[in-house]
Formats: sequence, C-alpha cells, structure tokens
Amino acid sequence: MRFLLVEDSMTLASAVLDRLRLDGHVVDHAPDVEQARAYASAADYDLILLDIMLPDGDGRDFLKSHRLARNETPVIVLTARSAVSDRVSVLDLGADDYITKPFDFSELEARCRAVLRRRGGGASTVQRFGDITFDPLAGTLCVDDRRVSLRNKELRLLEIFLSAPDRIFSKPKLVDRLFSYDEDVSDNAIEVYVGRLRKHLAGSDVEIVTVRGMGYRISRA
Amino acid sequence: MRHAVVPGLVIAFWTLFASALHAYEIEGELRVGDAAADTHLRIISTTDIDLFEPLLAAFVAANPEIAIDYVVASSAEVMKAVQSGDRFDLALSSAMDLQTKLSNDGYTQPYSSAATDLVPDWGNWRDHLFAFSQETVTLVISPAAFEGLEIPQTRQDLIRLLRDHEDRFRGRIGTYDISQSGAGYLFATQDARASESYWRLSEVMGNLGTRFFCCTSEMIEKVATGEIAMAYNVLGSYAAARTDLAYGIRIVELQDYTIMMLRTAAILRDAPNPEAAGLFIDHLIRAAWGAGERDYYPFPRFPAPEGAVSATRRPIRLGPGLLVYLDGLKRRAFLSEWRDAMRW
Amino acid sequence: MSRAAQVSGSIRRRLIGQLVLGSAVLAAVLVLLVINLARNVAQDTQDSILMASVTSILDTMTVRDGEISVDLPYAALSMLGNVSEDRVFYRILADGQLLTGYDDLPDPGAPGREGGYVTAPYAETEIRMATAERRLSVGGTPIMVTVSVAQTRQGLMQTLAQVSRVGGAVGVGFFVLAALLAVLTTQSGLRPLRDLAGAVSRRGPKDLRPVKGPVPQEMAPLVTSLNSFIDRLRYSLSRSEDFIAEAAHRVRTPLFTVRTQAEIALRRVERPENRAAIKEMIRALDESSRAAGQLLDHAMVTFRTDHLEKEKVRLDELAEELVDRLRPVADLRDIGLSTQSAGNPVVQGDAVLIENALRNVLDNAIKYSATDSDVAMRIGQQGGQSFIEVRDHAGGFPEGALHRMTERFARGDNAGGTVGSGLGLTIAREVLEAHGGRLTLENKGDGACVTLWFPAS
Repeated sequence: MRFLLVEDSMTLASAVLDRLRLDGHVVDHAPDVEQARAYASAADYDLILLDIMLPDGDGRDFLKSHRLARNETPVIVLTARSAVSDRVSVLDLGADDYITKPFDFSELEARCRAVLRRRGGGASTVQRFGDITFDPLAGTLCVDDRRVSLRNKELRLLEIFLSAPDRIFSKPKLVDRLFSYDEDVSDNAIEVYVGRLRKHLAGSDVEIVTVRGMGYRISRA
Repeated sequence: MRHAVVPGLVIAFWTLFASALHAYEIEGELRVGDAAADTHLRIISTTDIDLFEPLLAAFVAANPEIAIDYVVASSAEVMKAVQSGDRFDLALSSAMDLQTKLSNDGYTQPYSSAATDLVPDWGNWRDHLFAFSQETVTLVISPAAFEGLEIPQTRQDLIRLLRDHEDRFRGRIGTYDISQSGAGYLFATQDARASESYWRLSEVMGNLGTRFFCCTSEMIEKVATGEIAMAYNVLGSYAAARTDLAYGIRIVELQDYTIMMLRTAAILRDAPNPEAAGLFIDHLIRAAWGAGERDYYPFPRFPAPEGAVSATRRPIRLGPGLLVYLDGLKRRAFLSEWRDAMRW
Repeated sequence: MSRAAQVSGSIRRRLIGQLVLGSAVLAAVLVLLVINLARNVAQDTQDSILMASVTSILDTMTVRDGEISVDLPYAALSMLGNVSEDRVFYRILADGQLLTGYDDLPDPGAPGREGGYVTAPYAETEIRMATAERRLSVGGTPIMVTVSVAQTRQGLMQTLAQVSRVGGAVGVGFFVLAALLAVLTTQSGLRPLRDLAGAVSRRGPKDLRPVKGPVPQEMAPLVTSLNSFIDRLRYSLSRSEDFIAEAAHRVRTPLFTVRTQAEIALRRVERPENRAAIKEMIRALDESSRAAGQLLDHAMVTFRTDHLEKEKVRLDELAEELVDRLRPVADLRDIGLSTQSAGNPVVQGDAVLIENALRNVLDNAIKYSATDSDVAMRIGQQGGQSFIEVRDHAGGFPEGALHRMTERFARGDNAGGTVGSGLGLTIAREVLEAHGGRLTLENKGDGACVTLWFPAS
C-alpha cells in the first residue's frame, strides 16, 4: 500500500517509515502541513496518517482543506490524546479513524484494513494466486466457487504469506507479526493457524509448505 | 313621666331686701324642688320668677335629685354677686355686655355637650356663654295716642312724626334711664353703633321732654294706661307676655333695623355643682333651640336662620366688642353725650 | 461544589431601613418646620391684629380741654373677636398712671417706637400683649400715653393644635408614602442585581461566556470584574486541559519512537535470547505508555469530575460507538465483541467521562481475554437505574480480592504478563461515583462481570 505520513518528529517519523517499509509498504513523509498538501495533490495514496500537532499549523486544518478539496483518500489521525472530544472533532472534520500514540503496528494495520474495507476498497486489493482469490479487505478467500470468511489471524497470516510467495517465513517472525507483544505465546502457537489455513486451502492448487527447521512458505502445487 | 308629680315643692319668696349677708341686692328668690335633694343648683338671674318658674319646674321634674335655688337680681347686681365670690352655679342675664365681661375676666368655665351644638355660632361665645333667648328690642305704642297718625315703620318715620307732632308727644315718650339700667345702656350703645339716626332721635326725644324709667315693665304699664304714648327700646317679649295689657299697647318692630338681645347663661368658674349646671344649660338650650316648642319656654322662638340672616333683626354680637362700652372712660363719655342729647 | 455564601446583612433590608429612617427623619423635620412656621404665622397674625387694635385706640386719643380724651373704638376690641374667641384685655396709661382698662396687666417692657410684644402669664392663663406709646402734649407738657391690648392664646393654641394634627397627619402620610416608595425603589433598584444573579446561576457549569446583558452604570464594575474572573477561569480551565493533552503528547511520543525502533530491531534479530530481551523491552514500554495514558486519563477524569457537565447521554449509542472503535483491536485477537441493549437507557452525565470509564472496563476485558473468546456487553435498566454490564470469559477476579480491585493500582493476580496499570477500574469507579452511580465487580461463570450503574435520571 502507499502511505503518506504527516509527522513533524523526525525520529518518530523515521521509525514509523522503517517499520511500515519493513512490511513492504511505500511510504512518503511530510514534516508539515505545507508539504503534506503538496504530496497529497501530487500523488494518489491509499491512506494518509496524519499527526495533529504540526509546526506550521494544526493537522485539523489540513484535514478540513483536504476534505474541501474533495480528496477521497482516507485519513487516520495519529494523536497523543485519547479524549473523546478530540476524537469527535477529528471525525467530524472528516477523518476516517484515529489511533492513539503509541500504537501497535498490528493495530494500525487492522485499522487501515477496517477503514479501507469501510470505504469499499479498490479492485486492486484483490489478490490471485494459483486458483485462489484472496480479498484481504473483505476477509474472504475463494477456492473454486467456495467462499470462506477468514478469521483475523488466518487472514493476516495468509496476507503475510502472499506478500512473498515461495519465501520462507520463520516461526518467530510470524509470531512477531501475528501476535502483539503482550500476548505471551510460544512459537508453536503459529502451527494452529497454519493448520486452519491449510484446511481452508484444501482442494486448491495452493499449499503452505513446512520447511523443516526453517519455517513455512506458500507455493503453487 | 317618671316624675309626673312634683307635689307642693314650689315655695316662693317675693321679697325685696338689702341683706347684710350679701354684697349685692336681690329682687326675689325661689326654691324649686325637694329641699332634701342631693344637689342644690344655685342660679342667679335677671329673668323674673313668674316668667321662668315653669321652666325651672320642668327641669326639677326631669331631675328630681336636683333642687334649684333661683335668685333674681338686676344685671349689675348679678355682676356684683359673681364678683363678690358668693358661690353660684349659673349666671343667667340679659346684659350681654356684663356677661361677656364676666367671661372675659375669667369668672366662667367652658362647657360643651350635644345640646350646646344646637346653639348657632353667634349665640355661643368660647363655649362659655350660651344664648337661650332672642328678644327684639322694640317700640311700644299706645294705639289711642296714635289715633289718626300713621304708625312709624323706621326711625326716620319716628323722627319725622315726633317733629311734626311735638305737642302731642311732649312729655309722653319713655325710654330707659341708661345710667341706671344695664339693659337700657346696652340697647342705647348698640343703637348708637347701628345708626347715626339714633343721636338725631335722641335729640328729638330730648327736645320733647322724654321720661326715663328703670325697667321695661314699668314703661309698658304706663303705655297701657296711656300715661305715655310710646316707649322706645323696650323688650318686645315682656310686652307680648303682658296679655293683660294687650288692649292698651302695640308692639312695633322698626323696619330699618331691630336689635335682638340674647339672654345668656354661663356656668361660673367656682360653681359648686358644675355637672348639674351643665344639665341645666342643656335643658335651657333644648327649650330655646331644640326642635319642637315647649310650653314652659317663656320667650318667643325665632327660627334660627331667620334670627341670623334677617336683614332687619340684628342679634347683638357676643364678643370682646361688648367690652368697649363697659370701659369707664367710654361709658362716661357715652353717658355724657347721651345726656346732652336727651337734655337730661 | 456550590458552597453557600456567607451572608452578612441584606442590601435590601439595609436600603429599606435607611430610606425608611431617612423618611422618618424628613417627616419629623417637615412636621416640626410646618408647626414652627404655623406658630410664627399665627403669632404674627395675632400680633398684627393686636397692634392694629392698639393703633386704633391710640388714634382716638386726643387732648381736649386740657385733658386726655380716649374714645375706645368699638372695632378695637370687636376685631379681636373676629379672629378668635379669646379673652381680651387692654390698658391705657398716661405717664404710667392708669387711664382705663385692666390695671394689673403685666409690664410691657420697653415697647419702643415700633411697639412691642410680650407673652406673659395673666388671668390664670397666658396672654400675648401688644403695646405702643405716643407722646401727647397737654398744655405744653408732654405726656406719654401707653396703650396695651392683650389676648389669651387659646385660639392660637387651638390653631396650632389643629395645624399640628394636620401637620402630623401629613407627616405620617408623607412617611408612609416615602416608606412605600422606599420599598418599591429598593425592589426595583435591586432588580438588576437579582437579574444578574439569576442569569449567572441559570448557567451550566461549562458556560463561561462573558455576561453581556446591559446593566446599570453602578453594576458595571461588578460585571467587568465578573467577566474578567470568568475569562481567567476559562483560561485556566483550558490551560488545565491543554496541559493534560500536552503532557500526554510529551510522554507518549518518545515512548512511541523507542517502541517502534525496538520493533524494527526485533525484526532484524535472530537470536532467541536477544529477541526475548527486546520483547521484554517492548512490553515494558507498552506498560509505561499505558500507565502514563491512564495516569493522564485519571487526571483528566479528576479534572472533569470537578467541573462535571451533565447532558443527556444515550448509553446504548455510546456503547455501540465504543465497540466499533475497539473492534479492530479485538479482532486482532479474534475476540468477539457483542452488545445487547434494552429500554431507553438515558443518563445525565459527561459523555467523555462515561466513555472513558467504559473503555477502561472494556480494555481490561479484552486484555485479559484469551484469543477466540467473547466479551459481551448488556445495556439496560433495572429498578430505575441504567446499567452497562461487561462480561468476559477470562477466569474472573481472584476470590477475596474483589473488594479492593478498584483501589488505585491494584491488579488481579491473574494479570500475569498482561500489560495494565490497574488504574482502569479506579478510573471507572471514580467516574461513576461522580455521576452518583457505582461500579460493581463479580465473578460469573468462567469470567468477570463488571457493571456500571447509573442513577435514575
């Protein structure tokens, strides 16, 4: 996905950029409202992550003009506050959601997905691999004419595998991405979800292969 | 009604004496009522006993606990009696000037009641003096002596008549000896105040050898007998009361003006029985001014408004003006002028 | 919150008292002035009549045949009778010798050319006497004649008594009228003050607009001060909220940076012991950040409960919105969130606080719940009270510790590795208590059941 991050703190911004790029996203960074406007008008983004406190103005001003310019790109506001009054004001100004700093990146991903799903998403998000069709926004998997609704962890696991077919993902890496850090789970917890995915993929030409001592990969038969 | 009978309690003394006990002379004395009554109301008055007795009896009948000692004296003696310190309850007098002086000099006390409100303002001085009669001062003539003559209606008429018929009236005119009679003096001074014609009349009367008398009754009798043809300044009420002489006299109220004398009553300052005196004043005032005639009231009643308003009848006004002619110098001057006019 | 003012006296009573007292004094002065004036006028009238009488007597005094002659005019005394029914006395002296009249009249003093007046006791009462003198020449010898005319003062006193009665009545009338006016004036004078008090007390606690209505000039300083006080209060309130927000920002942003860096590091580290260390670090960061958040939440809750603003809040709508908001987080662990509401649970309260309380309770439930379990919310009314019940299947609270679960920083023993400061339930309890409600904790089945109770609105 293509993100625009509007955030004035360089250290925080670079951390977020690194983190999102690790997941394979394309991220542009605007440190102030002016540059944010320039980026937003120059390129199409799937999502804008907007900080509220900016050096040359309030993020809410950007939000207002952004919506007035009929730019449909969803916006998730990053805020250090959690008060409802803030939420109400940013939502009223046209933000799609907000997330309180600091956040878990898996929560950010979940919120992005929720926002995109609510916006109806685009056809481009639907992925085909082998004879399966995977819609991460709708959370559905089609094998032949069988449609399966995936639960959240199944969906995200499949998404991770499909982001790099045939690449081997180690169990710890998968656990890192699937579970939040306050969930004290062993690496073997991943086997449960791999098992469930395999059940869903049964009958298709796609399989999740166990690479002994290394981890898992997804590949066509 | 409660006291329908007042049996044999009326005792009259008809004596005339100079008492060593008194510093003043009295003409008569009468006790009305029970001699054993709680209260003896002492009245000194100028009004004759026979004229006043029914009124006194009526009072005693209504107030049996009160007996009245009624003493008659001349107005000057009434004054003397009061000033002498003899303790009377009430002073009743026709001498308005003397009554006024008594009151002015502090010998009377004020009184007011529902009855005193009946008295017109001009008949009440300071709530001390209360008028209880209105009596015209008139001309009394003998119709026989005036035969063929027009009866005079004014003092001008009278002056003209006397001048025109000097012979007929010479020595046959009577009037008060004002140096002796308080009433006569009062009438003369009021006359003199009222009109200049009084002095002209006096001169005319003086030219005709007017005779002077002490009292009204004497003059009336003389007129009735024809001894004199007319008496000037005579109390009409006395004349009217003498029904026995009605054939021989005629009362003429002169139309230019007729003086009205008011008899007045006052409760004396040192009255021993002021409450009983108040009751008597009420009794007197009701008879004089109250609604309805009482047969014991001896004086003519004039409707109050007429008395006050009538153009010709002029009540003598109570008040300090009356003191003027009591002044020694003034009196001497007046008498001297009067004598000059009357050629006395 | 609203402490009764310390009352000392009443402007209304004091004003009325002072005005009535002032009216009484004025009325008394008025009556005294009127009586004094009347006394002077009456005395002057009596004096001038007495002197007219004296003059009229003097005018008749002539020398005739070498003797002083007096012709006392009738009017000299009768004119006195026209005015009042007073007793009259007079005296005429020639070189101090009595010519006529009342010899025992008091000494006139020095009458002077213009004549003189004296008030003296006589005849058991009091008289006013006017005296004037004139020089007559008798056979070439000058003789001083002195005429005094006196009158008792009964009529004067009666007139004065009457004037005093009328004056008194006027005074009393004036006083009653003035007192009435004083009451009315005070009422209407204090109306702007009452109106202002009413306008201010009718305001909601968060209504910090300046007072705009027109007020009388005298109240302008009060209103100006009030408005400046309101300004300062508003400024200080917004400063407090800004401070909390700023504090949150300052604390959480660096935590976030470090956490993000740690996460990135974790992705690059392979050795299990290093990974475990980094995970531990992230967990600690999360806990710090959450603790900071809850401390700030708590500060915010404390601040807002001190200035509690009540409005109608629909509990079911509030819960639905919150669930929508939390669903992505719950989804991450495949925890099902369900709400079920009945009736029309509307309460009077601060929506921000109630949401905060419920979020803390829900956060706890989600946090302690195992993957693939459910958290169920029930909203309804019971016995006039509205409630929100949150049930989970996370094993419940430790027995015997229920009563101290909502104490600050208390955490269930089963919290294990779960991040949480334990402040959540405290916040929820304080919010509910500020609304006159309560928070109940119990164990039902295999989980905890936390209920937020609100009083009937």
